[in-house]
Amino acid sequence: MVRHRFPGAGIDAAFDVPTPGVVALFGPSGAGKSSIINAVAGLLRPDLGHIVLDDEMLADTASGVWLPPERRRVGLVFQNARLFPHMSVATNLRFGLRRAGPGRIGFEEVVALLGLGGLLGRRPRTLSGGERQRVAIGRALLAQPRLLLMDEPLASLDAARKAEILPFLGRLKSALRIPILYVTHALEEVVQLADSLVLIEAGRVVAAGDVSNIAARADLPLARRDDAGAVLAARIAAHDVEHRLTRLDAGGATFWVPLVDAAPGGALRIRIPAREVILARQAPEAISVHNIIAGITRAIAEDAPRRAALVEIALPQGALLSRVTPDAVAKLALAPGVPVLALVKSMTIEVLVS
Amino acid sequence: MLSPDEWQAVRLTLAVAARAVGFGLPVAVLTAWLLARTRFPGRPVLNALVHLPLVLPPVVTGWLLLIVFGIRGPLGALLDEWFGVRLVFTTAGAALACAVMTFPVMVRAVRLALEAGDPGLEEAARTLGAGRLDRLFSVTLPLASPGILMAGIVGYATCLGEFGAVITFAANIPGETQTLPLAIYAALQAPGGEARAATLSLVSIVLALVGLLLSEWAGRRLNLALGR
Repeated sequence: MVRHRFPGAGIDAAFDVPTPGVVALFGPSGAGKSSIINAVAGLLRPDLGHIVLDDEMLADTASGVWLPPERRRVGLVFQNARLFPHMSVATNLRFGLRRAGPGRIGFEEVVALLGLGGLLGRRPRTLSGGERQRVAIGRALLAQPRLLLMDEPLASLDAARKAEILPFLGRLKSALRIPILYVTHALEEVVQLADSLVLIEAGRVVAAGDVSNIAARADLPLARRDDAGAVLAARIAAHDVEHRLTRLDAGGATFWVPLVDAAPGGALRIRIPAREVILARQAPEAISVHNIIAGITRAIAEDAPRRAALVEIALPQGALLSRVTPDAVAKLALAPGVPVLALVKSMTIEVLVS
Repeated sequence: MLSPDEWQAVRLTLAVAARAVGFGLPVAVLTAWLLARTRFPGRPVLNALVHLPLVLPPVVTGWLLLIVFGIRGPLGALLDEWFGVRLVFTTAGAALACAVMTFPVMVRAVRLALEAGDPGLEEAARTLGAGRLDRLFSVTLPLASPGILMAGIVGYATCLGEFGAVITFAANIPGETQTLPLAIYAALQAPGGEARAATLSLVSIVLALVGLLLSEWAGRRLNLALGR
C-alpha cells in the first residue's frame, strides 16, 4: 500500500495503491502527475509530504524522514527509456538485479515476459523505441521493486509501437504480483490496463476509484471527452458459434458481442462509448440491437458545448454512460431514480483482452 | 639521426609528461566532478585556484612552486622530512610543474564531458539502487571517458611544451630536468647550436602531431564503444 499527501508545491493529492493492481494517475499535461511520481521515486523532494510503502515510511516532511531513491526499492520507468548507452541490453537488465540481489522476479522470466530474448547482446542505440521501452521496463522490474512507477511509458512512441507494448504490459500485470502506479494522459492506456483511476487536474485529485465507476461518472471532465464511455469487467459466459456471437457477463448484466477468440470463463474488459448508447423507457420490438440492458438513472449532467446531456445508468455492478440530446432526456422524463433501458449495438462494444 | 643526449631529452620529456598526466589526471577528474556536480561554499574559490596557472605568467607559477615546495617551503620541508622527497631541481619536480600548468586544461576538458552527460541516466541508476560512488564509477565516468581521454592526451601534449614553470622550479639540468623545450632553449643560447635546435624542434612538431592524431582516433573508437 502506498499513500501520498503533498499539500504545497501546488499539488495536493492523497491516494492509495493496492497490491497487486494498476492505479492510473490520469490528467492533462502539467497537472502534477510527474511531480507525484518523482516524489514517490525520491527524485523530487516535496516541501510537505508523506509517503508510506508497505508500512515503511519513505518520506515524511513532518518528522524529517527522507529515504534516498537508491534505498527505496521503487522502480521507475521513464518516458524516454534512459538505457545506459555504454552497456548491452543484458548488462542494462542486470544493473538493478546485481545491486538488489536475486529476488522473486527472475531474469529468464522477465526476458520471456517482455520478449527480450533476441535483444540481449545488442546496444541500446540499435534498438527501436518500443524495444528500448521494453528493456527499460525489464530493467526496472529486475531491481526487485516493491512498487513500480511508470511515467508515461508510451507517450514518446507512435501508435504502432504503443500497440506493440500494451499487450506486454497487460501480461506483466497478471504475471507479477506487484503494485503499479501508471501516469498517463492517454485514455486508451487507462482503459486497457488500469484497475483504479486517480483523476488529477491542476495538482488536485478530482476523483479516485475503480475504473468502471470513474469512467461512467457523468459529472467528471472525463465524461466530456469525445471518446467518453463506460468500462466494465467482463467474463466470457458462452460462445454462439452459429450466430458468430459471444455472451458476456459484465456489470451484472448480459452483453452479446461479435465472437471473441478466447475460451469461455476468460476475463476481459469491454468499453461502451457513451455516444453509442441509445436510451428507451420500453423495450422496442423488431430491432437489430442485441443488448437491451435494464438499469436505473443515477445522474444526469449537461455537456453544454456539445448541446448534449450525459446520463449515468447504474447497473447491478458498475454503470453505463450515455450521451443523448437534452430533448431526449425530456421526452423520456428521465430523472435520478427512474428505470431506463440502455440499447447497445454489439458492433459498438470494444472488447479489450487483458 | 639524434645524438644520445638528444635522445635523452626526448625520453625525459615523454617520461615527465607521463608522470604529470598520471598523477594529475585523477586529481583533475575529481576536481572536475566536484565543480560540475556538487555545490559547496568554497566552490568559486576552488574554481579560481584551478584556473590560476592558465592566466598567471608561467614564471610566477614556477616561483610560487619554489616557495611552497622548496626545501624550506611549507610542503617541501614536510616532503623532505617524511619521505625524503625533494622536488626542486629533480625530474619529479619537473613533472609537478608540468602537472600544475596543465591542470586547468585537464579539469576543463573533463568538466565539459561531465556537464554534457545526461543527468537522467544517473537518476535512472539511482532508482535502480546505485549509490553515489557506484553511480560515479558505473555511469558517470564511463560516459565521460572520451572527455577524460581527451583531457589526458591534451594534457600530455601540453606538458611536452611546458617551459616557464619548469625552468623556474626545476632548472635546466641535462638528463634530470632538461625537457625538449629547455634543451631547445639551451641550444639557442650556445654558439652554433641552431642545427641542434632545429632537430629538436622537428622532434617537438612530430610528437605534437602524433599526439593530436592519436587523440582523434582514440576519441572515435571510444565513442563507438560507448554506443554513440
